[in-house]
Amino acid sequence: MAKLTVNGKAVNINASPDTPLLWALRDDLKMNGTKFGCGLALCGACTVHINGEPARSCSTPLSACEGKKITTIEGIAARGLHPVQKAWIELDVPQCGYCQSGQIMSAVALLDKNKNPSDADIDEAMSGNICRCGTYQRMRAAIHKAAAQMSGKKEA
Amino acid sequence: MRTLKNSSRRDFLKTSAALSGALMVGFSIPSAGKTAATVTPINGWVRVGSDNTVTIICHRAEMGQGTYTSMPMLVAEELEVDLRRVKIEMAGADPIYINALLGGQLTGGSTSVRDAFDGLRKAGAQARMMLISAAAQEWKIPESDCRADNGVIFSKGGKKLFYGQLAPKAAQLPVPKDVVLKDAKAWKIIGRPVKRLDTPAKVTGKAEYGIDVQLPGMLIASLAQCPVLGGKPLSVDDTKAKTMPGVIAVVKIDDGVAVVAKSFWQAKTARDALNINWDFGKGASLSSAGISQGLKDALAKPAAMLKKTGDVDKALAGAARKMTASYELPFLAHATMEPMNFTADVRKDGCDIYGPTQFPQLAEGVAMQITGLPKEKVTVHTTFLGGGFGRRIDVDFIVQAVQISKAVGKPVKLIWTREDDMTHDFYRPVSLNTLEAGLDASGKPVAMKFRLTSPSVTARLFPPVVKDGIDPFMTEASVLPYDIPNTAVEMAIHDAGVRVGYWRSVSHALNCFANESFIDELAAAAGKDPVAYRMAMLNGEGSARFRSVMNIAATKAGWGKAPAGRFQGVALMEGYGTYVAQIAEISIDKGEIRVHKVTCAVDCGTMVNPDIVKAQVESSVAYGMSAVLLSRITFKDGRVEQSNFHDYPVMRMNQMPVVDVFMVSSLEKPGGIGEPVVATCGPSVANAVFAATGKRVRKLPIEAADLKSA
Repeated sequence: MAKLTVNGKAVNINASPDTPLLWALRDDLKMNGTKFGCGLALCGACTVHINGEPARSCSTPLSACEGKKITTIEGIAARGLHPVQKAWIELDVPQCGYCQSGQIMSAVALLDKNKNPSDADIDEAMSGNICRCGTYQRMRAAIHKAAAQMSGKKEA
Repeated sequence: MRTLKNSSRRDFLKTSAALSGALMVGFSIPSAGKTAATVTPINGWVRVGSDNTVTIICHRAEMGQGTYTSMPMLVAEELEVDLRRVKIEMAGADPIYINALLGGQLTGGSTSVRDAFDGLRKAGAQARMMLISAAAQEWKIPESDCRADNGVIFSKGGKKLFYGQLAPKAAQLPVPKDVVLKDAKAWKIIGRPVKRLDTPAKVTGKAEYGIDVQLPGMLIASLAQCPVLGGKPLSVDDTKAKTMPGVIAVVKIDDGVAVVAKSFWQAKTARDALNINWDFGKGASLSSAGISQGLKDALAKPAAMLKKTGDVDKALAGAARKMTASYELPFLAHATMEPMNFTADVRKDGCDIYGPTQFPQLAEGVAMQITGLPKEKVTVHTTFLGGGFGRRIDVDFIVQAVQISKAVGKPVKLIWTREDDMTHDFYRPVSLNTLEAGLDASGKPVAMKFRLTSPSVTARLFPPVVKDGIDPFMTEASVLPYDIPNTAVEMAIHDAGVRVGYWRSVSHALNCFANESFIDELAAAAGKDPVAYRMAMLNGEGSARFRSVMNIAATKAGWGKAPAGRFQGVALMEGYGTYVAQIAEISIDKGEIRVHKVTCAVDCGTMVNPDIVKAQVESSVAYGMSAVLLSRITFKDGRVEQSNFHDYPVMRMNQMPVVDVFMVSSLEKPGGIGEPVVATCGPSVANAVFAATGKRVRKLPIEAADLKSA
């Protein structure tokens, strides 16, 4: 039995400790927004935040999540949409969309730390996330857009 | 978003099958706890609720290419409804949804818009006309005194009735035969960069893919398949697996041994504990070296002639200069981000299957075959596809899910691992293109011979399509648009012993790589500029669109004016009715290639949604460049040597070039846009490498040795 906090809610998960967080989220909590892509932390489709840090949930066993605060795509905005999601919509980023939860989680984590990322910063933060539809160009633009919107709001 | 669990779907399909007749029956959707709205199907694409909710049925798989938006746009344009307020549902399997360009209910071949452009506008117009007729009868006025706007029929006198009020009556009227579609000038939706309708669901994690399907009492399966493609399980020792937590059953099926458990991780860990004795079959000795040698040996095989002009052998013999080159490409995996999966619920009285498929009709067919149930007892529920690229035309994983569910008598979701997916694909075929040309004294080609030696991608799934030794899906982009008086285009089908399938752009990528690289070689031999050399040979009647895209690309890319240290390469192609000119700009630094910028000029005729067209070009560059720079599938002892993204690398953010897209505004017949630009990536980059190094790249992906100067 693992105790953790998922999107602000305390949960007990009754699964073996070696179960990857990804499958605990999907099969035990029935939260399907976080996706399975590779199982080896190579593609980033399963990205969530653990105590605020981006992490690959497919390769993080439940035993390493005990007492931790997990945020998933379902929980990045308290209400409405996160500025990153809004920018994604404005630029119509997703195609098949399967990798996008993970992409958005990586982008949100980047902007939490770096309010005004350069293209090089974006490359570094996002190159662990694969998109086979090739939405990279739009994601890059959307991250810049979200950064501008987020800093604009703070100034106001 | 998707309302798969709507139990009315089967009834809807039953009634819509009788579409050509007049009788349509309204029925109620039982929805728990809510007041049921009566929903009336007007035809196979339009349903109107008594609450005025308009539902448009999307009959093509949404795998990223935008059908979930573009198909409803076509219907909505003529139906006169606000696209932002309609509900979209995915179609089940039904003959009315057959793709006339492919002969099946199949999404592929960049055909969705091309096939649906007239038909869906007509379906929208017929529904509108029936609603108008119903209003005219109600008001006892001529139809010409009624007009439709935003879900409402208005009379000249100012009366109005909502579509929801008229639908039950409209559905019983005869389907109008004479339909006049709007003139392009009157379009309000078509041709506009309408926001994709699936984006909100896809940025919130709410979009439902096959892997997300949940059914009451559903179990999860993980399937061990033979490491050698085509091998079968002989026996299995499942003693340990059966004792592991959550395991419900171990099931031997044709392709392998499945562990069925309560959760994926339980199924997967127990599957890893199986001890299976395999019959590896005849594939066990396959190796990449042997496959490559086999292709070369097959050059001795006679080829079938696709097209011949003039006398190529005579012209070659008399040419001032002769050139030959051969180009070889490897197997490739599709590597969709969502690994293969499907959910099957096989019961005695029926079968429902759920998941990502490009071919619901075949999915239905295999489910009928395995269960022995008649068509009306089998229902296909298509989810969003986490990528397709041709892989989900095949139904191997659907067959497996149905077999497993049938064996355990419960709903089962089969989920492949990435390793399963990488090692059990239907790969893009290997190919060997051999080309010969004769130039006159001025360097102009007077003869060109093209031969493709490769497996047939079509022989397995659609055998009758392969005729007289020609697989039309292997000879795409093999006939050049250039003025060359004596030509021969041939193909020899050579089974390499590996199962192959349709991979985004199919043979365009193989043949365009060979043709457009070779034309570049000829230009260099003639001492001519590659763009000017091509332009000088584009004179025929059909050349205008080629010339136009080439001019745009050259101008926009700054052809011939690359910054210091940058080198350009060009490629030109027509595919899927779309004309593409592409210029790649690269640099080579410390033995590594970087593609900085890709300029694409495309003319795909009438565009339904220009922003989706643009996105597809961007997407095609990412997919195409992965094959040019990074990916390959190889075999050793019959086993695929790659297993995951560490040894099958694909484009990532830090490798992605800037893609500049220029679209020709046109009212020509729509062309396909999901695939053609994938094919021009190979030659444009290879030609740029030649510009940088003086050395030709005749194999992909590009290797370090290819980047050293000649």
